[in-house]
Amino acid sequence: MKYMLLIHHGHSPGDPQPWEALSEEEQQAVYAGYRAVNETPGVTPGTGLDVPETATTVRVEGGETLVTDGPFVDIKEAVGGFLFFDADDLDAAIELAARIPAARLGGAVEVRPTKEW
Amino acid sequence: MTTVERAFRDLWGRVLAAMVGYLGDFDLAEEVAQEAFAIAAERWPRDGDPAHPAAWLITTARNRAINRLRRDRTLAAKAHLLRDAPPTHPDQDDGAGGHNGHAGDPEAAPIPDERLELMFLCCHPALAVDAQVALTLRALGGLTTAEIAHAFLVPEPTMAQRIVRAKRKIAAAGIPFRLPRHDLLQERIAAVRAVVYLIFNEGYGGRRELATEAIRLGRATAELLPGEAEVQGLLALMLLLDARRAARFRDGELVMLADQDPNLLDGDEIAEGRRVLDRALRLGGRGAYVLQAAIASLHADEPRDWPQIAALYGELSRLTDSPVVELNRAVAVAEVDGPAAALTIVDGLPLEGYRYLHATRAELLRRLALDDQARDAYRQALRLVHDDTERRHLERRLRTLAT
Repeated sequence: MKYMLLIHHGHSPGDPQPWEALSEEEQQAVYAGYRAVNETPGVTPGTGLDVPETATTVRVEGGETLVTDGPFVDIKEAVGGFLFFDADDLDAAIELAARIPAARLGGAVEVRPTKEW
Repeated sequence: MTTVERAFRDLWGRVLAAMVGYLGDFDLAEEVAQEAFAIAAERWPRDGDPAHPAAWLITTARNRAINRLRRDRTLAAKAHLLRDAPPTHPDQDDGAGGHNGHAGDPEAAPIPDERLELMFLCCHPALAVDAQVALTLRALGGLTTAEIAHAFLVPEPTMAQRIVRAKRKIAAAGIPFRLPRHDLLQERIAAVRAVVYLIFNEGYGGRRELATEAIRLGRATAELLPGEAEVQGLLALMLLLDARRAARFRDGELVMLADQDPNLLDGDEIAEGRRVLDRALRLGGRGAYVLQAAIASLHADEPRDWPQIAALYGELSRLTDSPVVELNRAVAVAEVDGPAAALTIVDGLPLEGYRYLHATRAELLRRLALDDQARDAYRQALRLVHDDTERRHLERRLRTLAT
């Protein structure tokens, strides 16, 4: 099974960043956590994403292209990163998701099975 | 009950589990398991009952699956469906075959019981709880969608859709059919326990078939996980509570625990519940289900050992940090230290919206001869009650206070 793991940081940049509340050591642990996730066999790391405020949302209504500032969902609900994971089953994907630092720092990881068309 | 009917009740879960494990596809597994029971219904009365009904049914279902996959190329294209190479019995179209038409050669390797894997699949936390409940009743209990819908007072199409969606998620999301890894095991066992107890509680309100089904599931779980104290504790608790079912209602009216006729308790269920409780205690069990079962066991004694009941509620309260447990402790404390001591506990609980808080207060205030306050408390409980038998009970209690 191939899964896409969508990483949500769960806070908007206006909020006091949980990141800044972390000690130097804890920040290093977060970096190490992401490195370990990316080096897990079966993981295809996603490219880094800039902050959600830099997003532009595009819709087409009645043939007209409508462009708005910001992400499709609320800023704090926006996707902050992603990766792909080849795994035996959902439990393996859940186990990896639980190791993604955002999941324990007030964010969440959405595990989505991919589909072959 | 015919042998096939009994086999369906006792073996449906095992046969289905074996097929889900073999095929990796819930729908196909259900179809071939049903076909195997249909073939049994035709053959067993004619040819005699097989020596090993489980092996017969599983072999028959497996042969049906192999034939289906051979005939149906699209189905077979899902080559991953068959985890193992099909056994080579090309001539056996239906039934388990064998020269006397019966499989289950005693020398054959024993067929593993995969019901536990099926339980973990149905109670996987990636499924919504109402879907977990429906799937468990259907897969392990063999209930039809119509029966489940009826038991939960839900329209049948709603229940059917809930089950279809859950099965689709199992397949699409890759929810595994296997025992959880060691570090996940305890939380997954807790999820199974929660589903079984939820089914029991639905039944405790009066839908008897659900309580019976929950106890059957509890027995199976206890048998499959003999070393898990809390699993034994849950079974003990359900048996000890179910033993009161005849005593809890009189002419359709709810009877308070204190007023229940001890002669109406089911002695066999109490004895079995206590045996299971002893097993849980020997395993070192001191969890929430074990403690509740121990309390339920003490409630079956006359006279009651209220100091012990109060102490166990105290332990349960520390464990769960639940104000509802504190409320129950207060009822026991009232018997040990008097209603005033109990009222002090009750008045400190953050349960303003909970009808039992007001009903309990009313009873304590009545015992303290504070009739005006007791009446107010009954009226507050009445404003929060949904259940008709409870409402009538509270109204009766209110009427017995002279105005």
